[in-house]
Amino acid sequence: MSAITSALPLPASGRVPLTLRVFAALDRKAWIALGVFLALALVVVPVLHLALPPENAFHVSTYAITLIGKIMCYALVAVAMDLIWGYGGILSLGHGLFFALGGYAFGMYLMRQIGRDGSYGADLPDFMVFLDWKELPWFWLGSDSFGWAAFLVLAVPAIVAFVFGYFAFRSRIKGVYFSIITQALTYAAMLLFFRNETGFGGNNGFTDFKRILGYSITAPETRLVLFGLTAIALAATLVFSAWLVKSKFGRVLTAIRDAESRVMFIGYNPLWYKLSIWVISAVLCGIAGALYVPQVGIINPSEMSAANSIEIAIWVAVGGRGTLIGPVIGAFTVNLAKSWFTVSFPEYWLFFLGLLFIVVTLLLPQGLVGLWKKIMSKKQGAQA
Amino acid sequence: MNAQAALIDQPDGGDSATQLGHVVTGELDLSHGVALYLEDITVSFDGFRALNKLSLAIDAGELRCIIGPNGAGKTTMMDVITGKTRPDSGKAFFGQTIDLTRLTEPEIAHVGIGRKFQKPTIFEQHTAFENLELAMKTDKRVWKSLMAWLSGDDRDRIADTLKLIRLDGEADRPAGLLSHGQKQWLEIGMLLMQEPKLLLLDEPVAGMTDDETMRTAELFVSLAGKHSLVVVEHDMAFVEKLGGKVTVLHEGSVLAEGDLATVQNDQRVIEVYLGR
Repeated sequence: MSAITSALPLPASGRVPLTLRVFAALDRKAWIALGVFLALALVVVPVLHLALPPENAFHVSTYAITLIGKIMCYALVAVAMDLIWGYGGILSLGHGLFFALGGYAFGMYLMRQIGRDGSYGADLPDFMVFLDWKELPWFWLGSDSFGWAAFLVLAVPAIVAFVFGYFAFRSRIKGVYFSIITQALTYAAMLLFFRNETGFGGNNGFTDFKRILGYSITAPETRLVLFGLTAIALAATLVFSAWLVKSKFGRVLTAIRDAESRVMFIGYNPLWYKLSIWVISAVLCGIAGALYVPQVGIINPSEMSAANSIEIAIWVAVGGRGTLIGPVIGAFTVNLAKSWFTVSFPEYWLFFLGLLFIVVTLLLPQGLVGLWKKIMSKKQGAQA
Repeated sequence: MNAQAALIDQPDGGDSATQLGHVVTGELDLSHGVALYLEDITVSFDGFRALNKLSLAIDAGELRCIIGPNGAGKTTMMDVITGKTRPDSGKAFFGQTIDLTRLTEPEIAHVGIGRKFQKPTIFEQHTAFENLELAMKTDKRVWKSLMAWLSGDDRDRIADTLKLIRLDGEADRPAGLLSHGQKQWLEIGMLLMQEPKLLLLDEPVAGMTDDETMRTAELFVSLAGKHSLVVVEHDMAFVEKLGGKVTVLHEGSVLAEGDLATVQNDQRVIEVYLGR
């Protein structure tokens, strides 16, 4: 909460255009880091993937691109989680739901893009043919349009979050009670999506995608475009979030986290502040889900499982709450460890995850970012 | 339903309030010289009557001290005035027109009632400056907060208040690192930034040094006239220094009222404080 070291000297008061304020939300180092990250994702990785032969040591494999692309989606979810948990003090254990809703909304479009190339060669998606449905359910109308799908990716998580959040926050449900209800919400949604009658492919969900906007979904170029878009989305989310938490809105939000009654008695209605950040967070998760599905090639109800949502909270805790960059680091650390573990010692992954959570909670309340800061300040102390 | 509509920070707040179906919630009207009017307020918690037909009137610009033994209902009274607790029965009016029993906490803050809690309640992670910035009277809806940027005048006002509460040297320190007395002062400063017409102060000098206590008394006396103040306090030296009318609460209703000397010589008050 100390003084902001902005990238450019802004006047402390008076009229300052919004673009400059957004620019000032990150310090110079952060902008450089972001630039390097985008250069890597948009230029270096594509060149190394396309130009170098697979046997070259510097070749970036398709596996690596899919894995990193997937983790960037998770990192986006982690940043969204940090907004609501780290800054808003509201622990959601149901963020997997919003991620899945975004994924399903875009998955509907991908299912329609299969066209007649499915196993039944029918106009309807395979699972509907299998269920002997003769026509598309009403909520599939327009799902062949990319624009409509993109709209649903934003709108569905937003509406679900708004309705749920309005009643929860208006009833002043807080703390562990809120967490438990969100957990129940995602679990209920999972059971709903498991049913074939719900119309989203039951427990198999959506898979076997062929095309996106007419381009082959498995083509290296398509993969690289999706990879690049995910990197841009993650970078944009970080900039947007940094601006958000450094605005007065962000200060009110952390004030609600620390002393909600005081916030009310100085005239702010916490309901609308909580609801705003809750909906923003849900929409960001929806975007992440929509980017995830075409890269991973599948979406099914297990994305809504309780454990998935808890894992999101673990990424944030491991990286460091209330830091924005911490959750990105946490998402990468935990998921890289996961993909190594699940190959080398698959049966020990959950034990490791549990252990990690305990260690972080007990020894690193500020996460990896906090640890880093501690080391740096010790170093400075030693030099002084 | 839309509480935000009532938060419109305009003098004609009455329009928006009427749209919400509030009966006579208008502009603050102090024309009859009464700032706060409580009549027959009763609040029960599980059969226990925290307030029992409490009636009280505070004049515009008055400085009133409320004393009374523990459990007399002092804090519950403040909860009723600020919308935290709804009375079972009775009337609570701010000025002539504003029915406090129909407004939410943020709405009551907006019509001009500021409250200081018994335990200093400030934003510990924010700097002293930011604490005052958040409290400052302005449009407090989400969108306005997103786009807010301090003007030069705003900064001057915050600087003036910091000086008044003697925290001008601590502007950029996280408030959690301030001393207890400084936190009390910061909370008083936050109240002033809200530009309230009525200030409710629950034990404002608890934990302050004698010197700080006396300075606080001077500050309050200087605020009276422009603002109405209701001070709940146990420290009799402080009450004496404030000099205003004193109300003694006991078992949820008013036991005695008058200047400090009269009240202290009242036989019933002596009984309540010394036991029968």
